[in-house]
Amino acid sequence: MTDHFRRDADSAARGLNRIGEADRRSAVRRYGGLPAPGSRVPDMGPRPEYSAEAEERILGGCGLMGVCDESGGRMSGELAVRSMASMHDRGNGLGGGFAGYGIYPDFPHAFCFHMLYTDDASKDDTEYYLARHFVVLHHEPIPTRPVRGIQDEPILWRYFLEITDQRLAETQLSAEDYVVHAVMDINAHINGAFVASSGRNMGAFKGVGFPEEIGQFYRLDEYQGWTWTGHGRFPTNTPGWWGGAHPFCLLDYSIVHNGEISSYGINQRYLEGFGYNCTLRTDTEVVTYLFDLMLRRHGLPVEIACKALASPFWKDIDLMPDDQRKLYSALRMVYGPALLNGPFAVVLGMGEGMVALNDRIKLRPLVAARNGSTVYVASEESAIREICAKPERSWMPRAGEPVVARLAEGVNPAASRSGEAFEVAASPAAVA
Amino acid sequence: MALSSESIRNVPTGPSRKGPTGIEPARVTAGQPGSDKGTVTLEGDTARIDARGIYYKTLNEQIREALDLGARTVILDHVNGQRYIGAGLHAQGVTLVVNGVPGNDLATFMDGPTVIVNENAQDGIGNTMNSGLVVVNGDAGDVLGYGMRGGRLYVRGDVGYRVGIHMKAFGEAHPVIVAGGRARDFFGEYMAGGELILLGLGESDDALVGSYVGTGMHGGVIFLRGTVAEHQLGKEVGVAEPDAADQARLEEVVGDFCRVMQLDATAVLAEPFVKLYPYSHRPYGKLYAY
Repeated sequence: MTDHFRRDADSAARGLNRIGEADRRSAVRRYGGLPAPGSRVPDMGPRPEYSAEAEERILGGCGLMGVCDESGGRMSGELAVRSMASMHDRGNGLGGGFAGYGIYPDFPHAFCFHMLYTDDASKDDTEYYLARHFVVLHHEPIPTRPVRGIQDEPILWRYFLEITDQRLAETQLSAEDYVVHAVMDINAHINGAFVASSGRNMGAFKGVGFPEEIGQFYRLDEYQGWTWTGHGRFPTNTPGWWGGAHPFCLLDYSIVHNGEISSYGINQRYLEGFGYNCTLRTDTEVVTYLFDLMLRRHGLPVEIACKALASPFWKDIDLMPDDQRKLYSALRMVYGPALLNGPFAVVLGMGEGMVALNDRIKLRPLVAARNGSTVYVASEESAIREICAKPERSWMPRAGEPVVARLAEGVNPAASRSGEAFEVAASPAAVA
Repeated sequence: MALSSESIRNVPTGPSRKGPTGIEPARVTAGQPGSDKGTVTLEGDTARIDARGIYYKTLNEQIREALDLGARTVILDHVNGQRYIGAGLHAQGVTLVVNGVPGNDLATFMDGPTVIVNENAQDGIGNTMNSGLVVVNGDAGDVLGYGMRGGRLYVRGDVGYRVGIHMKAFGEAHPVIVAGGRARDFFGEYMAGGELILLGLGESDDALVGSYVGTGMHGGVIFLRGTVAEHQLGKEVGVAEPDAADQARLEEVVGDFCRVMQLDATAVLAEPFVKLYPYSHRPYGKLYAY
């Protein structure tokens, strides 16, 4: 039991998880319909077992990639797997994962929960919880095939969920906030259950193994998506475990990350104040939640959010013209605790497209390319060339300057926001 | 806490399938370990190796085999991401031609050969290189010439961050890096010897060089074709106009670069250069001494 451990329990106890609170009360009073005879009432008390495997922060040097067809053309997941396979030696087989967008055209508006369960009990508890708070449109095991090298996998199940208007009215939450609370609840309170992803028309496929093994295991060649991100892990401080593989997801946001977030403690404290529980014992988790906070809840343009996470140095702000200086000073003051320190390259997958971002002094590799309507990013140029032999243009993004791929209007009806690129330099008044 | 890889791998996470069963993922890229060999054709003293899908270790072995068979030029076709090409190769009068994008640490520890890359190249070229010549006919990545001890690295296009970091020189060993395009931050960081020359040729919206130029520099010299602002410089470097000896040296090195790249040296040398030099050969000598 570490201090981190207790701190998370404390924040939950402070009532930051409204659904969880309501559930605990209702479970005590025993009113409302239980999902099925024989179902267990979840014990929301003790901490999950999986945490015991990963009590320390995860640091790593890894490989990552992302591809997004802005026109909405859908690509086989095999493409992402092949690109990651070419960077096999960047990882050590202790974590691989992918996120695909546009992969569930049959349920484009349902929140899809990809679940990792330690055992049947954690599955029963979670299903009780989901059935109580959501309309389960469909659920099934996540299809896998046996692959040499992949072993001891958890129970993998996916649920397509809707929320009734009545439930939203009762809790006075938006559908997205409702889902966030549910994810935090499950991760923090249900033993051995872990939400791998919770977005619409997207899913995360991750586990312990090399990325090409994980891709084969999850049968990614059978999915078609307009955005894919991939990751091969080289964990250095904690055991590789299934929940600790990338991407880390919340709603439509998924993050793959190479590097380490040295500012984890500050970021985590900051996020706790907004109701995000960091339960996964990894630094990468905070990046996902920071994007959710700034993009969805605060409505910042993605370019501005990136400038808060990897903000210009004060010495450079001092040299800027007046309007920009005002913008960046305000941004640094308001979002100081969101600043990500330390070396990182991240790829953010989201309903509206894809974003790649480096730390401020380029301490991790990142290369970008464009061919027609398709944008590629990867840790190595060869990983892009593996799936696009001759891109029209390839370049090395500047430190702290995001590469943004935007899906065309109407491609993803579930995307919460869409629209034009935000010109950071041209529109300083937007935030000032 | 020290954990063996075996114990990490066996963290129990579920009740299902145990043990190494199932199919092996197909080997579809050069990046996945494997012992497939590339097709080699030898004509006179020129060998051609088809590197498509060949793991870097095998490829480097095949390069050495070709040289043992008497090849003086080895052409590598369909290279994509293979690391360490030419690593530790100790030979004179030998040329490797790379068609495709080579992986990281190209020509690391190399001693003598010439490597010509006909595409972009990645990070870490010429890491601790001893002697020889590397020519990149595209852009190159970060950390070029890390701890480089001799030889030359010519890049036609742009270069990334931390180029020439910790380059060093001693006696006859004198490393030189010339980049035709632009460079990013930390150019010549902790540089201890040798020469870094940046030409800024062609049209671009980018600045000639980023910030923190020569941070921690304590030896060697940097020449920039163009200007640099005070705020772009590290605290340890001074700016000067090249003197007559510097000009002669520039004519020699830039002249050679232009010959290799087939550029007009007179036009390139017509623009003024600035010289960056370290104030001290021991900038941190008194950092912890009061």
